[in-house]
Amino acid sequence: MADNDKIVAEKKEENRYYKWLASMIIPVLAVITGLLVGAIFMLAIGRDPVQAYIVLFNSAFGSLNGFAETLVNTTPLIFTGLAVAFAFRTGLFNIGGDGQFLIGYIASTWLGFFFQLPLFIHLPLALLGGMVAAGLWGGFAGLLKAKLGVHEVITTIMMNYIALYLVSYLTGGPLKASGFMPATPKIADTAKLMRLLPFGRLNAGFIVALVAAYIVYYILWRTTLGYEIRAVGLNPNAAEYGGIKAARNMILAMFISGCLAGLAGVTQSLGLEFRAYQPFGFIGYGFTGIAVALLGKNHPAGVVLGAFLFGILQRGSMLMQSIAGVPKEVIEIIQAIIILFVAAEYLFTLLSNRIKKYRKETSDVN
Amino acid sequence: MHEDANFAVEMINITKRFPGVTANDKINFQLKKGEIHALLGENGAGKSTLMKCLYGLYQHDEGQIFINGKKVEISSPNIAIKYGIGMVHQHFMLVPPFTVAENIVLGSEPTKNFMIDRKKTVEEVNSLSKQYGLNVDSQSAVQDISVGMQQRVEILKALYRGANILILDEPTAVLTPQEVDELIDIMKSLTDEGKSIIFITHKLKEVKAIADRVTVIRNGKLIDTVYTKDTTTNELAKMMVGREVILEVDKDKAEPGEVILEAADLYAKNNRGLTALNGCSFNVHKGEILGIAGVEGNGQSELTEVLTGLRKLEKGAVKLKGKNISSFSTRDIIENGVGHIPEDRQKRGLVLEFTIFENLILGNHYKFPYAKNGKMNYNKIKASARKLIKDFDIRTPSENVMAKSLSGGNQQKVILAREFARDPDLLLAAQPTRGVDVGAIEFIHSKLIEQRDAGKAVLLISLELDEILSLCDRIAVIYEGEIVDILEQEEATEEKLGLMMAGAENDKAKGDDTDGR
Repeated sequence: MADNDKIVAEKKEENRYYKWLASMIIPVLAVITGLLVGAIFMLAIGRDPVQAYIVLFNSAFGSLNGFAETLVNTTPLIFTGLAVAFAFRTGLFNIGGDGQFLIGYIASTWLGFFFQLPLFIHLPLALLGGMVAAGLWGGFAGLLKAKLGVHEVITTIMMNYIALYLVSYLTGGPLKASGFMPATPKIADTAKLMRLLPFGRLNAGFIVALVAAYIVYYILWRTTLGYEIRAVGLNPNAAEYGGIKAARNMILAMFISGCLAGLAGVTQSLGLEFRAYQPFGFIGYGFTGIAVALLGKNHPAGVVLGAFLFGILQRGSMLMQSIAGVPKEVIEIIQAIIILFVAAEYLFTLLSNRIKKYRKETSDVN
Repeated sequence: MHEDANFAVEMINITKRFPGVTANDKINFQLKKGEIHALLGENGAGKSTLMKCLYGLYQHDEGQIFINGKKVEISSPNIAIKYGIGMVHQHFMLVPPFTVAENIVLGSEPTKNFMIDRKKTVEEVNSLSKQYGLNVDSQSAVQDISVGMQQRVEILKALYRGANILILDEPTAVLTPQEVDELIDIMKSLTDEGKSIIFITHKLKEVKAIADRVTVIRNGKLIDTVYTKDTTTNELAKMMVGREVILEVDKDKAEPGEVILEAADLYAKNNRGLTALNGCSFNVHKGEILGIAGVEGNGQSELTEVLTGLRKLEKGAVKLKGKNISSFSTRDIIENGVGHIPEDRQKRGLVLEFTIFENLILGNHYKFPYAKNGKMNYNKIKASARKLIKDFDIRTPSENVMAKSLSGGNQQKVILAREFARDPDLLLAAQPTRGVDVGAIEFIHSKLIEQRDAGKAVLLISLELDEILSLCDRIAVIYEGEIVDILEQEEATEEKLGLMMAGAENDKAKGDDTDGR
């Protein structure tokens, strides 16, 4: 029996390696299926899917400029994807990415135009200031959850609307630049993220995103905070038993998650727009971030890859529409299919775990 | 074709496979009409699987089943019921707010004009209860009656559906010794009325006391079927485990020192907001094992949680080495020298999706040498894990294996290793041997005694009276959140403890108290 245990456990360990490979299979299959279903839709409306997909491919990989633009599209999705993934590791569902995005967006812009400082102070101030403001916004939802038990899904959704109308009011009123346009003044040059190429819009925000992904990895698997966060996320009862304060970790995790989503807004302002425009609605980076995290299995490396894929699709959809005459809704269908398949896999594993557990329980009884 | 109608049940060459394991390997099992037949084996030996094949919950892969000499295919419990098979599960399946009678007829209610015929229901249930001497009050709600009574309701449920063959799955696990005696009487009267009974158990003493014959299963294989009168508990133990087992725990007299833990007048609520600890008081000394005996649900879980800072103490005080720790956080309590083996290892004791090395530092994870300035040192953590795996004989190929892929006994050893590595002054062991195999039980028991002999205090909370009686130097009995009395090991007998656990002594003791004043 003991030897048996050993063999079973050995097999399980071997499994870890091709489990990692296997974990890639479903996302890849989901993408392929998504593209195939997209092709069927294109055929149904009389468009040529092959041509459309060539356009899609070329939009990202056909030219250096195209590739750089794709990375621009990828940047905010890395941030919001990381935000969702990080909260999820604590067992929390941060749907507030869009609100935290807006808070980061407005706070960094204000810091950008209000102060006149040398670059090496001004840029970090605007970057970190915007980030922390969004972190506090997200952390507040964590506080409500930890202290009063209010569900974070409810609070983060509601705080999205508070953020939307707050930023709308600020950009249209107190922080509005003179003129007709409902937007803030432009930020100082000292607060701008530098461009990485002589052409196009690719900026240091992308580097910040990659650094953020590494930091998230480091926090989760190399620090005591990460250990505690993962323990709380996987088994709050055991964490509590081990003297880990779930409440403290929830607040902290939501703060960090808010910081990450906020950086999407910060780089939007400091790297691309250089001012904050009045929002008419949510851009939806927060929601796409959920899909990115799902696709990336809540792992920072997976999130970066997932964000890149969605970046390609988002940029490609515009070109597909103008060149191949394929409505950009087709791309949305493809995205939806991918999410559906990845989510279905979760459902599948959930189900098979249930069955295993049931079998185990019933055979344990003897 | 088997035509032997002397057997109520005959199972021939039953094989049942699950992915990766053969739970039943060509097992033969025969139940004579009118006998009580024990099915004995360790956790995971395949006893329940075999019975689930008989009851139609599982489909066997190979083999045949005969009921009263006729070959049958049992593809669902409904068909099993049709053949007169009834099963009483370990965890009762009753609707608490319904009355006893309602629960018994549930699913096959007598009706009159599309309405439940309540009068008939009660009459039928009463006559059935009388016939077998079960003595249940058919009109009271199930939630208001004792666990022993609830079990009788389950038995009546099966009888009401016309069961002639009863399968009882670990029926004594939830009962006090006195209730067990009553159950034995009931089982005897059932067989007198011509019923045949299979009862699943891993307790040797019960086999001797109840069964006519016993079938022993080990690792999914049939070991033997013998008459209980021709065998001894030691022989049975050997058959069950596959080697000599030391049933008696070998230990010297305790040399208790000063008080380590002082629990004074503890009050606490359970998860439903009802009083669970109702003025609970006791002391644990250095160098002794204090046992807390009691029927499940009398405040044991809440007591452990209060002592470890996991549950709010409403009133009273907990003192550790003279220091009041009543309002300490769990982390502070751990820091002050308390080790805790929780009653539910999968829910509390382990993060199943963590590796062994991650689990081995839970609670110490922020301390040097495992961590420094908030940064984990996984080299040190893994090195210490490898040592603990060796010291505690945790059967695993490496420290990188997920806790969930270990067997129950090895999971428990991970917890044990972690808590002992802290070198606690007080070790709180709640049901440390629940659901682990005999080998691991011996190991855990010897470790607890080792701890005691090293001059530490051990508080053992267990539902297994045998474990309490053999390990503990003093035995406290908990009943409805109160310590009824504390006995020295020498003066404690199963009978005495049983009465106290059922609350009988409690009322008497209270009466004496008031008399004395």
